[in-house]
Amino acid sequence: MHRWVEKRVYIIMILPALVVYTGFMVYPLFTSLLYGLYEWEGLQRGAFAGLANFRTILWERPFNVRFFNAIQHNIYFFALTFAIQSTAGLGLAVLFSQGGRLMTLYRTVSFIPYTLSLVVVGFLWSLMLNPTWGIVNKALAAAGLGAWARPWLGDPRTALTAIILINAWRWIGFPVLVFLAAIQSIPSELHEAARVDGARGWQLFRHITLPLVMPAVLTVTILTFIYDFMAFELIFVMQGSSGGPAYSTDVLGTLFYRTAFGESVAGGDIGNIGLGSAIAFLMFLIVGTVSLMAYRWMTRRETEY
Amino acid sequence: MRFHQRAFRLFKRIGIHALLSLYSLAVLLPLVIMVVNSFKTTREIFLAPFSLPAVWSFQSYVQVWQRASFGVYFANSLWVSTLSVTAILVIASMAAYGLARYRFRGVDALRLYFLAGLMVPLRLGVVPLFVLVQRLGLLDTHWALILTYVANGMPFSIFLLSGFFRRLPQELEHAARIDGCTEFQIYRRVMLPLVRPALATVAIYNFVPIWNDFFFPLILLRSDHLKTIPLGMTLFFGQHQIDWSLLFAGMTLASLPLLALYLMLSGHFIRGLTAGAIKR
Repeated sequence: MHRWVEKRVYIIMILPALVVYTGFMVYPLFTSLLYGLYEWEGLQRGAFAGLANFRTILWERPFNVRFFNAIQHNIYFFALTFAIQSTAGLGLAVLFSQGGRLMTLYRTVSFIPYTLSLVVVGFLWSLMLNPTWGIVNKALAAAGLGAWARPWLGDPRTALTAIILINAWRWIGFPVLVFLAAIQSIPSELHEAARVDGARGWQLFRHITLPLVMPAVLTVTILTFIYDFMAFELIFVMQGSSGGPAYSTDVLGTLFYRTAFGESVAGGDIGNIGLGSAIAFLMFLIVGTVSLMAYRWMTRRETEY
Repeated sequence: MRFHQRAFRLFKRIGIHALLSLYSLAVLLPLVIMVVNSFKTTREIFLAPFSLPAVWSFQSYVQVWQRASFGVYFANSLWVSTLSVTAILVIASMAAYGLARYRFRGVDALRLYFLAGLMVPLRLGVVPLFVLVQRLGLLDTHWALILTYVANGMPFSIFLLSGFFRRLPQELEHAARIDGCTEFQIYRRVMLPLVRPALATVAIYNFVPIWNDFFFPLILLRSDHLKTIPLGMTLFFGQHQIDWSLLFAGMTLASLPLLALYLMLSGHFIRGLTAGAIKR
């Protein structure tokens, strides 16, 4: 008996992880694919509904209007974040890679916001953007641009962009440090050899650094894509569960939350589980397809090098 | 010519540092404003938003901690995060060891099974998770959160740790076996201490998002006395909207632990939090 256990001790070692992971991650994710196929009465599952919930979300007013409105906002969220991190973010990483004590200091500073909770970031910036008190409008006025001052979060034309920039303020340290690690792992002989051949500044970056950090840029882009399609906290905290004003900041995360769990901001309610799960499935489809495609494209490219 | 080049280089360096200082200012200024204003009275915050306080007062901290039950939220966050991370370290390191150092039928499939969760956000399964937790009678308990965090932490933690375990030399195992160690003792006393740096990475990778998490507490908790800091803060913001000195003190308190840890262990933090995106 004792020897039998000794030989199969790995079963006991793996079992706890297997049970928790299966029960609280695999099972919920799998069943969430099925939940959208049923009618629901509160927490009670009703009759099989086929694709009715999906039809409602995609073709019935006002659900389809909300859904496509939210998707557009997610795409914009990702596009702007991507643009910022692959220009400013990559630029910062290149500067930091020069080394030196000051650069280490800037680097440490750039990562600070990433350790903050999104709830704190949201509240802090909603105070900063407060129309009467906020420092942003005060700074604009001080710079002689007082005419630009506006209630950034209260104006449907600026609210989403403001939130994306706030998110970038917190997030950018992450891509910067991943890019930096990639730059630092480039053997210095490559740069030296190119320099001997007469390459300078921009040429060095364009032909040596950039191709070699591309895999890191792609990895971060996939993570950003997933993260931005799951965006929820900042918008919920700053603009409420319906992504105000007038749904101008509504994203799939908030739409899903208030469909599945009700409009209440306090949490704990239950809404329409069938429709909510249908939205979750569609999000799953988007995130899954795009990250799988990007991942395959990436692994294929890497073997070419 | 020589002089020209040197002057150009100097200008370039000054330009770069000016740019980076400006960037650092944009990062730090909101945080400085948050901390400085937390020591003022609300009246002073409105009259002189950007000056240092006339008198540095801890009054709002005392109020936030006691009246706004931040003490309770803080204790809840500490309990949930510490227990979750400890459980992740124990459970994931055992599983990683089992998967990395034993050969048995199905081990590759099992590895792949754990790996599959790496790219899928658990949020998408939150509705069935809610129903499951409710049926188990765990809704509105800390256990619901802890089990969720542990499950969510498995794929990456097992992935990272098994990579480290696999690289340890076979001879260590043989030597320990000859010395009469049981299989579990080999794991616990010989191998586990050797992957300590990886354990630190896993701990930070999991601790920071768990401490900051708002989503799962929002769904799984209801009672005020169970709420963690991020969720408690939203309640607190609704109640004290006019009392800005309390708001700033609350935000400062919520951010302080991780900020202090980050400034002390920035290397570990950076390694831990970027571990998901950097190949080794």
